[in-house]
Amino acid sequence: MALLTAENVCFSYDKKGDVIKNVTLEVNEGEYIAVIGHNGSGKSTLAKLFNALLKPDEGTVTVDGFSSSDKKNLYEIRKRVGVVFQNPDNQLIASIVEDDVAFGPENLGVKREEIKERIDFALKAVGMEKYLKSTPSRLSGGQKQRIAIAGVLALKPKILVLDESTAMLDPQGRKEVLEVVKNLNKEQNVTVITITHYMEEVVDADRVYVIDGGKIEATGTPAEIFKDRALLERTGLELPLAAKIADKLISRGVPLKDGILTREQLAEALCAL
Amino acid sequence: MRIVTENLSYVYSEKSKELAVQALNNISLTIEEGEFFGIIGQTGSGKSTFVQHLNGLIKVGKDKGSIVIGDFNLTDKKCDFKSLRAKVGMVFQYPEYQLFAETVKDDVAFGIKNFFPALSEKETEEMVKTAITLVGLDYEIVKDKSPFDLSGGQKRRVAIAGVIVTRPEILVLDEPVAGLDPQGKREFTELLKNLHKTTVKTIVIVSHDMNFVSENCTRVAVFSHGELYAEGSPKEIFSDFTRLKELGLDLPVTAYLTEKLSETGIKVESDITTDGFSDAFAAAYIENKEKRRREE
Repeated sequence: MALLTAENVCFSYDKKGDVIKNVTLEVNEGEYIAVIGHNGSGKSTLAKLFNALLKPDEGTVTVDGFSSSDKKNLYEIRKRVGVVFQNPDNQLIASIVEDDVAFGPENLGVKREEIKERIDFALKAVGMEKYLKSTPSRLSGGQKQRIAIAGVLALKPKILVLDESTAMLDPQGRKEVLEVVKNLNKEQNVTVITITHYMEEVVDADRVYVIDGGKIEATGTPAEIFKDRALLERTGLELPLAAKIADKLISRGVPLKDGILTREQLAEALCAL
Repeated sequence: MRIVTENLSYVYSEKSKELAVQALNNISLTIEEGEFFGIIGQTGSGKSTFVQHLNGLIKVGKDKGSIVIGDFNLTDKKCDFKSLRAKVGMVFQYPEYQLFAETVKDDVAFGIKNFFPALSEKETEEMVKTAITLVGLDYEIVKDKSPFDLSGGQKRRVAIAGVIVTRPEILVLDEPVAGLDPQGKREFTELLKNLHKTTVKTIVIVSHDMNFVSENCTRVAVFSHGELYAEGSPKEIFSDFTRLKELGLDLPVTAYLTEKLSETGIKVESDITTDGFSDAFAAAYIENKEKRRREE
């Protein structure tokens, strides 16, 4: 059975226009899922529905068997689904890294010795174990976001939802965070749902959902999604830059095969000509 | 107006021995009128501190070098900063956070009322209308709306309108495309190019997006630890893979490809824009194919 399912979910903030329209999707354990769509397409709303910050007006969101429509389940759902938002400054609350990471498990009533273990595990997982006693406000954006991720990991979630978590970071910070997330997915088997409009972050996903106007417009592997040029056009998305350059080269008579998405793939193809 | 900074230095919290941070160290940089000038560098390299000097938001300290922009000598105590700020428009990161008025019209008009209080209501409205049209919005549709009811991309346009409304000659933008979705980014890039052609003479842009810089900038300055590390055309700047990597900077995709190809002995000479690279590679490929055919 899927770890997270949404079935015919509808949601609106003001009961007027639906922000989420009849969304049905499934996320399996261990998957790396990307949800893409332009600003205002409903993707952040979806993130909040995933961890029961919002409740569907119609339909159901089920996490590990717990439906978010039942109030009694909120606790169980939030234990399983951790969300990292866009701005790390809005998520860090303590003045020492260690306390910040401990905040979640403390709230869950985890025992002191175990909290210690969880902090060590979480900081190690994001490569920040040296900063145990540091002040978050003195860290770089990428480091802060990694602490925010550690704070979520300390809850031992099964699913990590990243809602534009790299949007405010510089390229270095973005790279740091993405590497941490990829490792968590591969080595700790954490299920990842990344919500983004950076096309370069989509190419590593197992599966992609394209959302537009609150509806799922398409789903498939990155290669399948990026092959559908009409879909990208219609939903205001675009090809990763390497794929765009590959297109330009093909139109100028360079014989390249379809499906090039990353600069590494393109470099390899060009060198082999 | 030409921008000339000489030996510009700046220290945050200079009076405190423990907290003092040398944000800029002896920056001498000239930006000519008409350039689309890019500034790159890691977070904390001094880029933002530098551009905040350009309209006097940060004043040049005593014995900390000099800045001259057109006829304005910013080091001079008598420098007319108000007139300078009408000439040098500044757009910060997430400019939509700067919106505050109840209507789009009032928000955009704020700059005029501030800088040219003597202008009549009618003249002001004309200028507001021009600015809003220039950023690609329909004046009649948006003028009475609350700026907060607009989409992210539209808000950013209104914020830009509020800056160009005073007809600055120089537009300084600090990381202006952060947070925009692909379409928003594309439209915003077009808007900047269009403004550069029609409205403002010089654009100075701080960016983390190397692909944006290589595609659009005439010249680039690289900042590192408060120092001017290098300056030159995008082609010159992005030709040294190892050096940039040491600075924690990435290469644009085109420069990355050029580098990888040269490692296998294939030289592609281009201006490293995506079109320039594609043209050069396709030409080299076809020539090579011809050569091979002749040899057979």
